[in-house]
Formats: sequence, structure tokens, C-alpha cells
Amino acid sequence: MAVPSRVLRSEWTKIRSVRSTVWTLGVAALVTIALGALISALVRHDFTRLSPHDKQVFDPTFVSFAGTGLGQLAMIVFGVLVVSGEYATGMIRTSLAAVPRRGVLFTAKLTVAALLALAVGMLTSFAAFATGQTLLGQYRAALGDPGVLRAVLGGGLYMTLITVFSMAVAVMLRSPLLSLGVLMPFFFLISNILANVEVTRKFGAYLPDQAGQHIMRVVPDGDGAPYGPWGGFGIMCLWVAAALMTGYVLLKRRDA
Amino acid sequence: MIEAVGLTKRYGAKTAVYNLSFQVRPGAVTGFLGPNGSGKSTTMRMILGLDEPTAGQVTVGGYPFRRLPNAPRQVGALLDAKAVHGGRSARQHLMCLAQLSGIPARRVDEVLGVVGLQSVAGKRSKGFSLGMGQRLGIAAALLGDPQVLLFDEPVNGLDPEGILWVRNLMKQLASEGRTVFVSSHLMSEMALTADHLIVIGRGQLLADMSVRDFISYNSADFARVRTPEGEPEQREKLTSALSEAGGQVLPEQDGALRVTGLPLPRISDLAHGADVRLWELSPHQASLEEAYMRMTSGAVDYRSTADQRAGLMEPAPGMPPQGGAYGYAPGAPGQPMGPGGFPPGTVLPGYAEPPAAPQGHAPAPYGQSQGHAPAAAPAAPPAAPPAAPAAPPASAPDMTKRDSEDAR
Repeated sequence: MAVPSRVLRSEWTKIRSVRSTVWTLGVAALVTIALGALISALVRHDFTRLSPHDKQVFDPTFVSFAGTGLGQLAMIVFGVLVVSGEYATGMIRTSLAAVPRRGVLFTAKLTVAALLALAVGMLTSFAAFATGQTLLGQYRAALGDPGVLRAVLGGGLYMTLITVFSMAVAVMLRSPLLSLGVLMPFFFLISNILANVEVTRKFGAYLPDQAGQHIMRVVPDGDGAPYGPWGGFGIMCLWVAAALMTGYVLLKRRDA
Repeated sequence: MIEAVGLTKRYGAKTAVYNLSFQVRPGAVTGFLGPNGSGKSTTMRMILGLDEPTAGQVTVGGYPFRRLPNAPRQVGALLDAKAVHGGRSARQHLMCLAQLSGIPARRVDEVLGVVGLQSVAGKRSKGFSLGMGQRLGIAAALLGDPQVLLFDEPVNGLDPEGILWVRNLMKQLASEGRTVFVSSHLMSEMALTADHLIVIGRGQLLADMSVRDFISYNSADFARVRTPEGEPEQREKLTSALSEAGGQVLPEQDGALRVTGLPLPRISDLAHGADVRLWELSPHQASLEEAYMRMTSGAVDYRSTADQRAGLMEPAPGMPPQGGAYGYAPGAPGQPMGPGGFPPGTVLPGYAEPPAAPQGHAPAPYGQSQGHAPAAAPAAPPAAPPAAPAAPPASAPDMTKRDSEDAR
């Protein structure tokens, strides 16, 4: 197994040695934590004015993750740049000439980036939870409450899966502009619209981000999603697996 | 050792490489020549397993590249000097490549020294010039100390010092028993660097021979013979005398004759026998560049043409197009064209009298091109005879073809 470990080390060097890594991951963490803190502070201030329904489904843990929707966009940029940086520069040909077995390169690159995303995602998730709960004051949840630890760990996993999904899409599309042009509007707007418009709601609930976000909830929202937190996470995993398979097959077949 | 057998690559309807078979042997620099778009880079990519051949196969040391054990230690390649992530420093770029093949970090600094980039090793490669990029690419190819090296146009963008360095590096690598395969579109460069040549055009093999053979086949000695200016009948006489004696006679652009197959003293004797005076009889050697151009002339995809600047000209009714190729400008009426005014190749051996006898023009020996052009072109009246400019282009392509056939 000497070759895969070398390739992993090489990919680690690659990912460390470009500035975009620090920037994108830093922005992802910052936006997620800061926006979560802001919303938490606002909710605490306005809690008494919430409708009875909103009070009933009030989920302090999920409130502190309110920044995830925006923060994940920076994770998407990170994922796309890790992959398409090689294609856009032509570095991929140098890399593939050195690692003729494309599966090894593909796996190593995704593993390194996914582990990094996991580390950053987990840190972000715990930090966002801690900050959010502090700001929520008397409405806060504790890590020991039932389901809370799962939701916080889930926040880190969600960030990781979004990154892996983006990387797989970037492997398919190769161009950074095209990949970002597809992924950003989709996760920022389209999936939210599809999940909230009455006609498409049933279908929208099965989109990767909509399904995956359920793992960050402790109190189910009133939507009556046909799956639980882990069920939703499983659906997201299926999406990611499908994207990875497609990306791998294309990489294997295509001329570099 | 690189071996290609029936290598073919199609991109949709376009065939980039067709039925290419060759061997690249160790211990020599093999030059890979061809015009732009002839399939050199595609072939290189197929050797490296980056592109899958449509048909045929290519192996390195007996293995298809993708199944080669520890490929980076066996094959080093420079494909594209700009194929580097611009945000990464030169050292980091080489470091991640070194780690891929388990090469110690020490080696990275070694190769940086070899290519002379130590001073900018920590700089981001975004700011590198093309020449620095080539050096970085060569460093990457040398990293694994491989037995097989591929370089795609390594001297592009290098300064003269760099070109000399690459030339010596290739030779040195080959002398160490390595297989060195270098692509270029410059014959002159390959003549200095390579031991063996593989020439392709439009994706097909045109030549596979040693440089020495290429030189002896293609740059045969020839003699330049010039008969007195303004006496075409003398030239005709000499042409037929030389042809009868077994020589091959080709007219040159400036009105001289290029004679192959006869030694100089014999040409002199024949001229004396035919009672023809000579103004010039000199030994010459065709350049390799010329031979290469002849070889690939049928296989050039992107050919430049004279810039007519038609879109920039104010339309003048009846004016013949200006800015044509040298020698195509029509003469003023009543003023015949000088000998230098004939376009390349209009005067064929055995051809009838030239269109206009050159009496009215006072020819200055060896100076025709300056003498006629300013006089003829601006003086051209609106109603220039249309036949004069139309005729020469028709015969010109004929001539080039004949030229290449005769020379082989």
C-alpha cells in the first residue's frame, strides 16, 4: 500500500500549498458561526413575539446552525477549487502522468479534502453551537440533551458531505466556472425554492441538502418529512455516492 | 524504449494521429518533428496514458503506461510548461510530485539547482515567464531520475543560454543510456540535438531515420549556375546541355539554376562545350530546414497567406490588388518586366519564351529586386492587363510540387 499513502501525502502537500484552501475554509467557518450567532441573538430578543406554532417547533440547536445555508457555499467553493484547480491549470496531466492509476489519485484527493472538510466542519459545528447557545440565554439547549450531540456532530458531517458532493460534480464538469455556476445557484436558491413551493415540496424534500439538513434538527419541523434525521442523512449519502460514482467513471474513461 | 504500433487517435470526425508505428530507443536523443497540429502532443499524451488510443497501442518498456509499475520513477515528462497551479511555489509543486513517487525532499532542491531555479523556488509560479516555466517542467521531468524522458517543445520561450543548456542536457541524458524523446517543430534545433528523427505530418509518419541519413538524403550538394543576365537563350542552351549529361536542373527564384547530380568541373566543361558564358558557378548545400519544409509541405494544416489588407483599402475602381507576394505586381504597359519580376518558378526548363522579353529594362546584375519593384507597382494604371497577374499563381503550385519530386 505504499503508493496510496504517497499519493495521500502528495495531495496533502497540494491542498496545503494553495491559499484558496485557507480562504474558503476560513470563510465557511466564519460565516456559519457568525450568522448562527446573529440569528441566535435575534431569536432570543424576539422569542416572546414568536407565534405559538413557532414556539412549539422551536429548536435552539438548529437556530444556532442558521449560518450553515450560507457557510456551505464557501465549502462548495473549496470543494470545486480543490478539483478543478488541477484541470484549469493542466496540472492534472502532470499528476496523472505520475499516478497512472486514476482511481488512486481520485480517491486520495477526495479523501484528503474530505478529511480536512470534516475537521473544519466539526470545529465549525461545535463552535457555532456553543456561540449560538450562549447567545440564546435562557432558551438554550445543552449538549447532553437528547438528540443534541447527534445534531451537532451532524452539522460537521453535513458540511463534509456537501464538500464531497461538490468535488464529485467538479470532477464531472472539470471547469471551475461551470461547476460553481451549477452548484451555487442550486444550493443557494433552487433547492430551497423546490422544497418550499407546495407543488414541488414532496420532491424537494429528497434533494441532498434538504434531506441532509434534517440531521441538524433536534425538534422535527412541522413539515412532516417522510424520514427521520438519519434517514435524511442517508438520502444525502446516496446522492453523494451517486455523484462520486459518476465522477469516477468519467475520470476513468475520459482523455485527460 | 517506447514502442508505438498502429497508433491511431480520432477526436470525433478529426483524425489526429493515424496508424503511427515507431520505436524510440535508449541511448539516443530522438527528435519528434512535425508542423503545428500534426499530432505530436497527442502522441505524447497517448504515450503517457492520458489519452486512450482509438486503435493500436503504445508501450513504455513493454507496458502500457497505465500499467507501468512505479511510473514516475521510470518516465519523466514535460508536456506543458504552464501546467502548474499558479498559486503554488516552484518548490511545493515539485514537492507534491516528489511525494507521489516517494522521492526524498532533498531531490527537489537538487533538481531546482540543476535547472537554475533555486533563487525563485519559494515564489508562486503564477509570476514565472515561459522560460522559467519550461525550466520548472524540466525539473519535474528529472525528479524521479527516470530512464525514459519525454519533452514536448522544451526550448519554447527559452533564452539562448537556456536553449544551449537544454541541448546539452538532452545529449547528456542520452549518453547515460536513457531514452530521450523530444518534440519540436524546428528542424534546425533537432539537427543539433537529436541522433534520430521521427517526422510526422497530419498525424502520419513521414520519416523515421537517423539524423545522419536524413542529412545525406535531403541535403545533397548542389551547384548554383548563373548565365548572363538578359540572355535567356543561353540559359536554355545550358539547361538542355546539363539535362542531357544527366544533371537535374531547377530554376531558382532569382533566375539562377540549381544543378544536382553533376560535379562542378563537369558543369564548367559542359558550359564551355555549349558555348555558354557563366556569371556564377558555386557549390552549395541545401539546409535541413529546407528539406524538412519540403517533406512536410503537403501536411501543413495552418498555412499563412499574404496579408491582402483588402478590408483596409479604399476601393479604387479597376485598381489591381496591392500588397501581393513579391514579384506579382504587374508591369506598366509597354514596360516589360525584368527577370527578377518573375514569380518563383515561372521559368521552367523547356518552357517557351518568357511572357515579355526583358530588353526595355536595364538590368543590374544581382540587383533586380530593387530595380524593378518601385518602378512597376506605383505606376500601374487603372486598366492594368489582367492576364499578367493572373497567370503566375496558376503555375506556381505546379512548380513547388515538381521541386519536391525532383529533389528526392
